[in-house]
Amino acid sequence: MLDHVGSAIFVESPTPDAGRAGNAPLPEPRGELSRALFAALRNGDPWQDASPAADSDEDAQIALWVLYELHYHGLASVPAEREWDPDLLRLRRTLEAEFEERLRSRVPALDGKPHDPVQQLIDLIEGHPGASISRFVQRQADAGQVRELLRHRSIYHLKEADPTAWVVPRLGVRSKAALMELQYDEYGAGDPNRLHHQLFRRGLAESGLCTRYGYYIDEAPVEILEINNAMSLFGLHRRLRGAVLGHLAAFEATSTSPSRWLAHGLRRLGLGESLVEYYTEHVEADAVHEQLALRTICSAFHAEEPDEWPTVLLGAFSCLDLEDRYAQRMLTRWGAL
Amino acid sequence: MTPDFEYVRELPCPDGPLLLRGNHLVPDADGTLHPTRRPVSAVCQCGKSGIPPWCDGTHKLVASARKRAAEGGER
Repeated sequence: MLDHVGSAIFVESPTPDAGRAGNAPLPEPRGELSRALFAALRNGDPWQDASPAADSDEDAQIALWVLYELHYHGLASVPAEREWDPDLLRLRRTLEAEFEERLRSRVPALDGKPHDPVQQLIDLIEGHPGASISRFVQRQADAGQVRELLRHRSIYHLKEADPTAWVVPRLGVRSKAALMELQYDEYGAGDPNRLHHQLFRRGLAESGLCTRYGYYIDEAPVEILEINNAMSLFGLHRRLRGAVLGHLAAFEATSTSPSRWLAHGLRRLGLGESLVEYYTEHVEADAVHEQLALRTICSAFHAEEPDEWPTVLLGAFSCLDLEDRYAQRMLTRWGAL
Repeated sequence: MTPDFEYVRELPCPDGPLLLRGNHLVPDADGTLHPTRRPVSAVCQCGKSGIPPWCDGTHKLVASARKRAAEGGER
């Protein structure tokens, strides 16, 4: 078995299993809650109310990630029926309540009834200070640092656009049609070769990294877990449907230049044309998507459900803030801050 | 059939690209025609894109630079 800490080089085709979605491996626990939870899942034991509580944010977040993965591709060796196990859902509700409270506590005071909601979102996105990982990659990062970044990013990019897709059934006609116009492009406009998470997978394979879904979860820092869990939290709760769209707008609107810089850095380091292609595709695609997310999707949602606008702002701010926390961590670690 | 909702083939974005829906042939500055290749395409309007005729977000950097220069001039 190859060392999963990232020093191994994998030699495999980008589609070793003909594109079939594999399930994620059950991670290593990170505290008392995840230790108890993963043991119960592995052994097929019921989840007990008297089980340990989370002893850290990291412990809670890895447990939440696993509980969410039951809704995506599932976990290896965990029966599919546990997706709707009421005892696990009760645990998840406790973890989600604390997480949502924390996300909300970070949002600054913003006008919930703006005169120009799209401009308000644009101002929020452009006004958000942020350290830049992509600039660091463009100019200075070495191959080891970039591979570490890719392993962390793989947790999301191998399911790219899927957390957003949860919201489709919950929308009105205009916002639904507008979202599908964007998502259709994310999913390759019908061509599996152009589907964004497949492009990323090809890039990983060419860089010598493992393409198995969720493979690098054990080295994902808590900031990556929060980034991913926030998207699942928003997507899986009808009550938070606005946050999916706000998050999408912020995500797409902070992509084009960073993607271009990442592509430059990857070329500088000779990390393979497939990965460069993933990022250059995103420069062009997200120049479209950021306009759609703001001017057709979020504006339609505001017209349909103006009372939900504060939730849109929660999603947009959380996207920016969680990314910034990850950037702070990694740039500090790499000595760039 | 009268549509229930507005849905236009061309959507200009303020201080940004022109969005085109469907298949178009778009000229670059040299007059070379480029076929669109995605459901919605963003055509550069600022003239500074690195991937003409398509938008690559450079207009935002141009706008920020212009804003900073204006603020610097006022100090």
